[in-house]
Amino acid sequence: MVRVDGNGNSSLICVRGLDKKYQRGSEEIHVLQGLNLNVEKGEFVAFMGPSGSGKTTLLNLLGGVDVPTRGSITVAGDEITHMSRSKLTEWRARHVGFVFQVFNLIPVLTAYQNVELPLLLTKLNKAERKTHVETALGVVGLTDRMHHYPRQLSGGQEQRVAIARAIVSDPTFLLCDEPTGDLDRKSADEIMNLIERLVAEYGKTVLMVTHDPLVAKRAHTTLHLEKGALVEAAGKEVAAS
Amino acid sequence: MKFLPFIFANLFRKKIRTVLTVGSFAVALFLFGLLFVVRGAFTGGVDIAGADRLVTINRTSIIQPLPLSYRDRLLKIPGVKQVTFANWFGGVYQDERNFFPQFAVDTDTMHQMFPELLISDDQWRAFVADREGAVVGENTAKRFGWKIGDRIPIRGTFIPGIWEFNVRAIYHGTRPADDTTQFWFHWKYFDERKPFGKGFVGWYTIRIDNPDRAVEIIKTIDQEFANSPWETKTDTEKAFAAGWVKQFGNIQFLILTIGGVVFFTLLLVTGNTMAIAVRERIGELAVLKAIGYSDGFVLRLILAESLMVAAVGGVLGMFLAKLFTLAGDPTRGLLPFFYLPAGAIAGGIATALAVGIIAGMLPAVSAMRLRVVDALRRV
Repeated sequence: MVRVDGNGNSSLICVRGLDKKYQRGSEEIHVLQGLNLNVEKGEFVAFMGPSGSGKTTLLNLLGGVDVPTRGSITVAGDEITHMSRSKLTEWRARHVGFVFQVFNLIPVLTAYQNVELPLLLTKLNKAERKTHVETALGVVGLTDRMHHYPRQLSGGQEQRVAIARAIVSDPTFLLCDEPTGDLDRKSADEIMNLIERLVAEYGKTVLMVTHDPLVAKRAHTTLHLEKGALVEAAGKEVAAS
Repeated sequence: MKFLPFIFANLFRKKIRTVLTVGSFAVALFLFGLLFVVRGAFTGGVDIAGADRLVTINRTSIIQPLPLSYRDRLLKIPGVKQVTFANWFGGVYQDERNFFPQFAVDTDTMHQMFPELLISDDQWRAFVADREGAVVGENTAKRFGWKIGDRIPIRGTFIPGIWEFNVRAIYHGTRPADDTTQFWFHWKYFDERKPFGKGFVGWYTIRIDNPDRAVEIIKTIDQEFANSPWETKTDTEKAFAAGWVKQFGNIQFLILTIGGVVFFTLLLVTGNTMAIAVRERIGELAVLKAIGYSDGFVLRLILAESLMVAAVGGVLGMFLAKLFTLAGDPTRGLLPFFYLPAGAIAGGIATALAVGIIAGMLPAVSAMRLRVVDALRRV
């Protein structure tokens, strides 16, 4: 159950008093202010809100690619806010799967090689990597396209490859930043069906930022951010402050 | 090793740019190879000079002679084992452009003094037996297509007249840098025919029993002839060869200057190429970091790409330079030898790799410092 009231310390993701400020010239911008959040394993949470409300910043902080000004983030018992840059990099490799709006595949690598990238950091041998990559591509339904380059794939297929790359190392949770933002409605539906399957069949925990209410409706819970604070929570199992 | 396909894929993302950068390295290294060959042609004699040989010339200048009578006095000096002598001839074969060094040599001692130059005993005996005989280095023989028994007319310059010689022997070097362009003939024949300066030689070459005593023996020799009409100046063969090279100017400085400019330009070209390559891939590098690749990995990735370009270009350039030298001396034998040693090839490739690392360092460090959040915002 997603909680935003500061209780529930045994959750998979536990955020307490999260602040993020940026300095722009002499001006100090508060992007996130005292945010609390608990996400349980296997939950699918959508974040909505106007531009500049702090959605992507929150995702970056949860993914360990940015550091908060104050507050703590604990994931599966690991407090990540005080980790060094190199420790955080190692932690990301083990725990986070990223899905971006613009896919961000490496254009000179095939679908297979793109999906294999996170596994090159592990001690798996070539045969083991092959099994994992084929499995991930099988989950997203692109086994027959594994030797295609990104330019030879449609936008929807590219995003499916990106999802395969995100899940291939079996991370603790997935962070999806506008995963359907660059896709037409049909492709967007396919991607959302896939994400729903990952949650329902494989028990993945997914945190997603979106502007699209139709996409957000597919999540278990939708949280709204405004001016850096969770102002309203909607969904089936939310205990809001 | 598992990242090699990734490095190659990155290099081939802009094929023309990669080919041009590799080409820059290849051209620079080819030029470096040729510069090294030219330097070697001038200074090779210094490198291979015998440690136990001294050269004695007239104190005034090498073009001033020394009396033949000095030979016996030299042999009496403690530490001197062997003495030979020679004269410069400076004749012209057919055309002045067909230059090669000609020396009138002492047939009794020349062969023993330079055992590194190989001549078969039969040929040497034939040379000694023929007053008009000549010994030719294999490079000069090849250059003019001379064979044993050929009669060679040479026009004298400071001693006028046509001098005809019979090729009786061809000598070979034992080391790549041995000078095999020389032409030797009998000093006695030379001394008899010249209308002036009879009984004088151009210089003496002296073998000593212990190279460690060279300084002391040099001093003794020059003191022996001090205050005479023909005072001497003695040096080790190495110092003599180095002094000879200096007459052509500071070859080493020229080579270093040209080479330095070439490599500095290469550094700028490659550095710029790598900087562009990194700038184009900021989003990709950010994604790599986001999915768990460390800053150090990104640094090494960019350096590896830069090194790969340098290695391929460097090896190609040195290979072409070696091929060029194997095809023969384009000056048609003007240079005593035209040879690219293995050490120079290794040095060239090492320099190329160093340029690759330095050129890639700045872009690699900026890629390493890239913050994922900032980079993703730019995508």
